[in-house]
Amino acid sequence: MKQSRGEKLFNVANIVVLGGIALLCLYPFLYTLSLSLSSAKEASRDGLHLYPAELSLTSYQMVLTNPNILTGYINTIVRTLLGTTLTLLATCVAAYPLSRREMPHRSLITFLIVFTMLFGGGMVPSYLLMKNLGLINTIWVLVVPGMLSAFNIIIVKNYFQSLPESLTESARIDGAGEWRILFQIYLPLSKPVLATVALWSAVGHWNSWFDALLYITEDRKQVLQTFLQRIVIESSTQMMELGITDAQMQFTSETIKAATIIITILPIIMVYPFIQRHFVKGIMLGGVKE
Amino acid sequence: MALPLVGFFLLFHYVPMLGLVIAFKDYVISDGLFGSAWVGWDNFARLFSSEDFPKAVRNTLMISVLRLVCGFFTPVILALLLNEVRMAGYKRSIQTLTYLPHFFSWVILGGIFLMIFGGGGPVNSAVKLFGVEPVSFLTDDAAFIAILIVTGIWQGAGWGAIIYLASLSGISPDLYEAAVIDGANRWKQTLHITLPSLVPTMITLFILSLGGIMTAGFDQIYNMYNPLVFNVADIIDTYVLRRLMGLDLSLATAAGMFQGIVGMVLIVGANIFARKISKGEQGVW
Repeated sequence: MKQSRGEKLFNVANIVVLGGIALLCLYPFLYTLSLSLSSAKEASRDGLHLYPAELSLTSYQMVLTNPNILTGYINTIVRTLLGTTLTLLATCVAAYPLSRREMPHRSLITFLIVFTMLFGGGMVPSYLLMKNLGLINTIWVLVVPGMLSAFNIIIVKNYFQSLPESLTESARIDGAGEWRILFQIYLPLSKPVLATVALWSAVGHWNSWFDALLYITEDRKQVLQTFLQRIVIESSTQMMELGITDAQMQFTSETIKAATIIITILPIIMVYPFIQRHFVKGIMLGGVKE
Repeated sequence: MALPLVGFFLLFHYVPMLGLVIAFKDYVISDGLFGSAWVGWDNFARLFSSEDFPKAVRNTLMISVLRLVCGFFTPVILALLLNEVRMAGYKRSIQTLTYLPHFFSWVILGGIFLMIFGGGGPVNSAVKLFGVEPVSFLTDDAAFIAILIVTGIWQGAGWGAIIYLASLSGISPDLYEAAVIDGANRWKQTLHITLPSLVPTMITLFILSLGGIMTAGFDQIYNMYNPLVFNVADIIDTYVLRRLMGLDLSLATAAGMFQGIVGMVLIVGANIFARKISKGEQGVW
């Protein structure tokens, strides 16, 4: 079909506008990367800093020799691996009985779970619960309370329900128990939805900071995001309050902040191109109404 | 098999709900939950007669409403623009870049924006080009709120567009073919076919966002604000956290409970309303 002149004009304008939007999304990360690789002197110069002008790895050296950052990195890796494993296991075991029609009180239990999406006890009662359970300053407080979410259970349950009923029936005739049906028949068939849940959980754990801020008070158990928060946010707030505008002093720390940020986001950036389509798939699965 | 599941939700979700009785007690840690004295609605009376809490509620509502007004349609527009791109590869690349910010915590994004809008950052470099004095974006009340809204949209729009693009791909091509035969150009097609078919999704997302009106984006605000903008940026969640840190647990619980109940009433009410006016066809559940 022939395009009118107005249509051609729109197509070009649309492509330009969208390109601009994409650049705006990318720029803050580009700026941070460029700053992290610049010398403090160069970093303090006015400009957009699209690329590092005077290449310097000093900031990375300083960040990587900071013992807190190393501790935080290890703790974050541990919580991500442990948390994702627990989430996957628990979600499957929770979704399976809810996907079975013969399960007694199924709708009551589903309501009980979905209601938690609407209302909760809030910060203080949750804090007191963790304290009474003796979970403060343990890795468990970061991985157990969040391992089951209504949202994950529902999308995995829906996926299980989309699998043909005849599979379970024939497995039962062959003498398979419920656990065996779940682990040997359902799970291998549910890889797409499980990949999505695992990736969401992993990114969630990597980015999680508020639970650690609230429940972890010992530095050697603290996670990366909290240390990043101390370096990046608290220092600039302090400077604003003190009214420090001395460019040189500010920018020595700006390059270090930038390097810390890059080190924190590096794992996500590296896997992002390979996994982003799974996330998109997941949002579609979640959009399925019951 | 479902017992551990029920047990988990009872312990980690329903026990804290029972813990809300703290809001009606003068909770002293050493006396415990049962030993502390009942005070009825005193904590709520104290909350609303204080200076800080009503201000935090006002700020929360203000920020949430601004976010909705300025940002609710951004993902729709982005999805419509992306939908008009005929080059599949370009469309995919743009989309991938626009939802990139969704994958980072506000600790990271807040850190980046504090640098970008800070005294020596690139935004102020640009301001200086026009011969104007550097602006303290992060400490000026109005500028700070504007930055919150804009960076919030920046982070969420690309991700939000995904769900609209999914609805768009579900529209039957027959409709467009029929429209072309009737002489509708692309703009007319967008107006009369594409947009109306997005309305159900928009209603669902609007109802869900009403549930978030009482939270106003704690993660972002906590990681970007500073005492100089408390006046406009102190929201219910930051208030609750401060009371919790200050060990005024009864007051913090009461504030959190107020927030939770209003949030729930909003989302349930909006859903009932949507179902009523659409005769049961719209709504989240």
